[in-house]
Amino acid sequence: MYDGWKIIIGLLVFVGFVTLPFTLSIGKDYIKVDPKIDTPEIQKLPSAERKCVESKEFMRKEHMKMLIDWRDAVVREGKTLYVNSEGKSFNMSLQNTCMQCHSNKSKFCDECHNYLAVKPYCWDCHLEPKEDKKEARR
Amino acid sequence: MGIVRALLVVLGLIFLAYVGTGILGLESIFGVVFPYTAFVIFVVGFIYKVIKWGRSPVPYRIPTTAGQHYSSLWFKQNKIDNPSTGWGVALRMFFEVFTFRSLFRNTKAEFLKGRLYIGSSKWLWFGAIAFHYSFLIIFLRHMRFFTPETPWLISGIESIDSFLQIHILGSPLFYITNLVIVGALLYLLGRRVFDAKLRYISLPSDYFPLFLILGIVITGILMRYFFKVDVTKVKELTLSLTFLKPTVPEGIGSLFYIHFFLISVLFAYFPFSKLMHMAGVFLSPTRNLANNNRMKRHVNPWEYPVKHRHYEEYEDEFRDKMKKAGIPVEKE
Repeated sequence: MYDGWKIIIGLLVFVGFVTLPFTLSIGKDYIKVDPKIDTPEIQKLPSAERKCVESKEFMRKEHMKMLIDWRDAVVREGKTLYVNSEGKSFNMSLQNTCMQCHSNKSKFCDECHNYLAVKPYCWDCHLEPKEDKKEARR
Repeated sequence: MGIVRALLVVLGLIFLAYVGTGILGLESIFGVVFPYTAFVIFVVGFIYKVIKWGRSPVPYRIPTTAGQHYSSLWFKQNKIDNPSTGWGVALRMFFEVFTFRSLFRNTKAEFLKGRLYIGSSKWLWFGAIAFHYSFLIIFLRHMRFFTPETPWLISGIESIDSFLQIHILGSPLFYITNLVIVGALLYLLGRRVFDAKLRYISLPSDYFPLFLILGIVITGILMRYFFKVDVTKVKELTLSLTFLKPTVPEGIGSLFYIHFFLISVLFAYFPFSKLMHMAGVFLSPTRNLANNNRMKRHVNPWEYPVKHRHYEEYEDEFRDKMKKAGIPVEKE
């Protein structure tokens, strides 16, 4: 091999690079997310009314779009009422509607966001809710 | 028609993944077996190809000399385009790999109103650089699915890619690279389709990677902006692959498996295709050799062993005859 050692070093760099996902996992915990919806506010509700603005499946996939649409509606268009698919009205507000029930930001929002390295810019403007750290760890 | 065949193959692959996961329920094959197999084929095939190329002897220096070579002091050497040292080669390779310098010098000859014009043509370079860099960024961004704790570098790339905070589609953050890679791929495809000269020399193996990557990009965009999938479940699957503890969560949806399968195909196809230019660019003798032909001695190992005979031996044999014939000799 001409310049064999250079080619071998190049190959080693290549192998080291493409196996990074495997080597970075060594010694790390295999995390599984477990978002919690057991805040006192939600537990106070009778079980029939324990529903979010829209269905769970919808919220899981579309909450990011809903929140950004709410922001535009409120901040840019001055509309504050959201009517959901069941005809029920809600005040479009992250802090007063969403966080009212989901007061556990670290276990409800951050749990999955951190897992997936998603950084929502909600908290660029909104104040982060002050959480009781003991409760958050639960 | 190469283009039709390539398109049919890609559509067939999409159909296969759809039937496999949407109807037959073979999620564990498409989510675990194929990705692992493809990864092994990719790494082993890649190494095999590079070793095979590396074993070919390159006894002489054959760089393309695209500038003034090292000469007398009053000629200014072009150290990048005609390097004479290892460092010059490193610089040349750096610009080749990161900025596609050779492609930047691309020219185009065209008949316009019966006259031949030759001019610089940067569109291919522009399309290529747009495609390659957005692909790189997208590839690196996806590492968030394969690392338990996403490294800051990956998150940083992602926040730069989405910094415009456009939310015209179904996501609060629009990735610039999504737009760029689709545009670049359509350009790279379009130049093969609409330029008669290029269409003539294009083979199925030219169209296939384009359609394959376009398929990957489109399914990815669909999942992000239109038909959302549950990303936590997706990461559960991908992370379990890197932890070598494969688990297949239920209910991810066929769209994801089509995306994943096309990527597996891309990886498995890689070592046997023109995509190997990823390694090939580093092993190009016309780029990676220093032009030191006359500074160092380069010996060809398979040179025919020429039988030498020195003049002294010749004279020793024929001295008497030479003397008789009156031919001058060196030794009496």
